[in-house]
Amino acid sequence: MIVETRDVDGTTVVLLSGDVDLQHSPRLRKTLMELMFDRRPVVIDMSAVSYIDSSGIASLVEAYQMARRNSGRFTLASVSPPALRVLQLARLDKVFTIAPTVEAAILP
Amino acid sequence: MNAALDARYPARPERLQEIRRAVAETAGRMGCADSVVSDVVLAVDEACQNIIRHAYHGSDGDIVVQMGRESGRLVVRLIDFAPPVDVAKICPRALDEVRPGGLGTHFIRSIMDEIAFLPPPAGAGNLLQMVKRIGSEP
Repeated sequence: MIVETRDVDGTTVVLLSGDVDLQHSPRLRKTLMELMFDRRPVVIDMSAVSYIDSSGIASLVEAYQMARRNSGRFTLASVSPPALRVLQLARLDKVFTIAPTVEAAILP
Repeated sequence: MNAALDARYPARPERLQEIRRAVAETAGRMGCADSVVSDVVLAVDEACQNIIRHAYHGSDGDIVVQMGRESGRLVVRLIDFAPPVDVAKICPRALDEVRPGGLGTHFIRSIMDEIAFLPPPAGAGNLLQMVKRIGSEP
């Protein structure tokens, strides 16, 4: 799993790639929790996620909940088919805000 | 069951990718559609995570992964050597509450058609059998 962050006009874009599994999700959780304290809009680019399990989904849910408590924006973008399948199994595809592209997620 | 996969792995998070790869290759070899392969890989991964976290509690141990076909059913057996688990405590959480955690068992139950703890072989602690119907061929 690789986690890369960049700033795009005041929005933090997190490029998540590879396998987001029990071995790696603690690192994702730590990164997301730190970003949530910045209280800036966050977009997770999930186009290169090849696999995600319940521990990876849990990290996203935790960040989403923290963003909501802070009235912040937390958006998933360009979700890869394998990741979307897992979100659908968890019935979270209707809970998260999901944008078709990173650009669409950044637009107000 | 004629085992198409019968392998033993250390029950550690860093070995899960290797298990996923073996399960995917085996399910593909058995003729499963790509979507079924992905789902079964997730179910097996989540079940192995449960063994790592709730049976071994993070301590050292092994997981034996067996896969095979029985009358159009893909059968997966996971054998561990931890103390027997309290099956009554294993249940999926309701999905109407959005919170982290507790999704693994839900994934397993959503994907697989049958899940059962069977009497383990001598010397083992638990035997979890999961079955996915994949077709009518032998």
